[in-house]
Amino acid sequence: MSGPGGINLRRLVAVARKEFIHVLRDKRALAIAILLPMIMLMIFGYALTLDLDRVPLAILDQSRTPQSRELVARFEGSRYFSVVQRAGSEREVEAAINRGQAMLGLVVPLDFGRRVASERKTQVQVLADGSDANTTTLALAYAETIVRGYSQEVLVMKVRRLTGKAPALPMELRPRVWFNTDMESKIFIVPGLIAVIMMLITALLTSLTVAREWETGTMEQLISTPVRPPELILGKLAPYFVIGMVDMLLSVLAGRFLFEVPIRGSLVLLFGVSAVFLVGALALGIFISTLAKSQLLASQAAFVATFLPAFLLSGFMFDIGNMPRPLQVMTNLIPARHFVTILRGLYLKGTGLAELWPQCLLLVAFAALMLLLAIRTFKKRLD
Amino acid sequence: MTEFAVTLCDLERRFGDFVAVNRISLDVRRGEIFGFLGPNGAGKSTTIRMLCGLLEPSGGSGTVAGFDIRTEREQIKRTIGYMSQKFSLYDDLTVEENIDFYSGIYGIPRTKKAERKAWVLDMATLQEHRKTRTGELPGGWKQRLSLGCALLHEPRIVFLDEPTSGVDPLSRRAFWDLIHQLAHQGVTVFVTTHYMEEAEYCDRLALIYRGELVALGTPSEMKGNLMLDQVLALTCDRAHDALALAATVPGVRDAALFGRDLHLMTPDAEALVPGLRQALESAGFRVDRMERITPSLEDVFVSLIEARDRADGAQQAFTS
Repeated sequence: MSGPGGINLRRLVAVARKEFIHVLRDKRALAIAILLPMIMLMIFGYALTLDLDRVPLAILDQSRTPQSRELVARFEGSRYFSVVQRAGSEREVEAAINRGQAMLGLVVPLDFGRRVASERKTQVQVLADGSDANTTTLALAYAETIVRGYSQEVLVMKVRRLTGKAPALPMELRPRVWFNTDMESKIFIVPGLIAVIMMLITALLTSLTVAREWETGTMEQLISTPVRPPELILGKLAPYFVIGMVDMLLSVLAGRFLFEVPIRGSLVLLFGVSAVFLVGALALGIFISTLAKSQLLASQAAFVATFLPAFLLSGFMFDIGNMPRPLQVMTNLIPARHFVTILRGLYLKGTGLAELWPQCLLLVAFAALMLLLAIRTFKKRLD
Repeated sequence: MTEFAVTLCDLERRFGDFVAVNRISLDVRRGEIFGFLGPNGAGKSTTIRMLCGLLEPSGGSGTVAGFDIRTEREQIKRTIGYMSQKFSLYDDLTVEENIDFYSGIYGIPRTKKAERKAWVLDMATLQEHRKTRTGELPGGWKQRLSLGCALLHEPRIVFLDEPTSGVDPLSRRAFWDLIHQLAHQGVTVFVTTHYMEEAEYCDRLALIYRGELVALGTPSEMKGNLMLDQVLALTCDRAHDALALAATVPGVRDAALFGRDLHLMTPDAEALVPGLRQALESAGFRVDRMERITPSLEDVFVSLIEARDRADGAQQAFTS
């Protein structure tokens, strides 16, 4: 009963059966394997929103005129702002920003109404808490849009009064957003998040298996038998592959029904690619476990080797295009990067193998390389 | 195949500067129970691991069942049964699941699987505990199951590394009965132990101390020829205090407590008796009995090891 590459199927099945029993008997580990991805998906899915709305705003209207009330009303009506304070003085606005109650302060000057009515150039002041530069830039852009909109309307009214008809504006931007039409960041985040979670969980799971047997001493008995490295590695992989696929299924279901992130691409391709990615990540965990020979070291190494690159360099959090050139090149070596690209393609754009084949090929190569490394480094020796 | 199950020639293993096994040469005949004796840390496990293809020798050569221990490890692993010093079955698996696992690993043919499983359960008297988690079994039962799993594929040579350590005396006795049954069926048993009384159960013995082979022979050969000193047994009150005094009497090479008796090593027991009796009685000890006895294996080993220590000490004093 010898299969390809000198693999004895009976032995492989014996190892796989034993590993299944270990996994099913260890209820705590099983619970972690199933629950941890769900918990991570919840935490990151809800906390990691890149959308900015309801920026806390403090308003000081010194003008108190119909014109100034019109401008303030536009801020109040915007979903991007939420007025947290009606200040009585500039000092109060400053205090609100200092306390962190407000991110922006809008100061409408005393002569605002009069100057707008008399059609003279006028200014409003916006105070901003610049500690979080990204968010502030975004908030300032929203504020500018509101002020410009009002400004434009005043201009249009003036022209109409002078000429008797409304002018046609010379240019107009007609945006049409593709793929994520509502521009909700969760639709962008969830697919990437699934990729990162799968990378971490799977490598962590298998990073313990070989190291545990070295620690408990069962490995010494095992390597005195005719079992071969590929039989042992593949047999150990089997139950974790099943758990990984269950995790994947749960993540996709949670994404679809909890976060309401639609999947535009093929489900078969989604799970097919995930299976390939899983084999690679699981084999990476076993490879680490083989090298470490201690559970503590192995789990730490697995965390550093998977989570950090998957989180920082996969394009999940930070745009790869903005990274320094050498770092950009490095990201190509990170399998999670390609998995993120594939999942985003499948979720958001509905692309298929025609566009995603280079990434798919890289994942196949990653899986093959990791399996080879894990099998080659496993030695049936004590030294 | 040769008449030898195991041959070793100048086998050596170093860990850094430390020489764990120092040029050991010996042969084990087919079908014999070969005892490998020595205190903890003497190099017994290191030797057995090299024989089983688990450790690379640093020097020397050896064969097991005719296969080279350096180049034909996998052939050796198919041929032998090995039971490591630490209990190494899976605690979270049941008795039956452990047997099934090793049965699969050794590739026992389907037709023979049930028969071999029944044999192991019978041999280990675990028929009624087949569904028990292995971790819940008492130590002696675990050892029997370990032995059973190492014998599933009916190996002709088995290596047992301290199979009875930490097991109660009754279970130890039962375990040695199993070993004798195996030998009766023609299986070669290579067994390590640090229990001296177990040495008597072996056909031949090797005594290893600090990585070196100190003595090799049958138990009776060892008791007859290897002992340079004579043993004088002595019964008296306050044996512990008497021991300290006796050790200082001229002509006593070494003194040790054996239960409530003292055993004194001396080149000439006859000549020692008068002086010793006088020394003890003048110190107020009541001496009941004093006679020359046939040394036990333990006496032999203690005397050989002491002699080795004295030689090493002298050599160190000389070289430094």
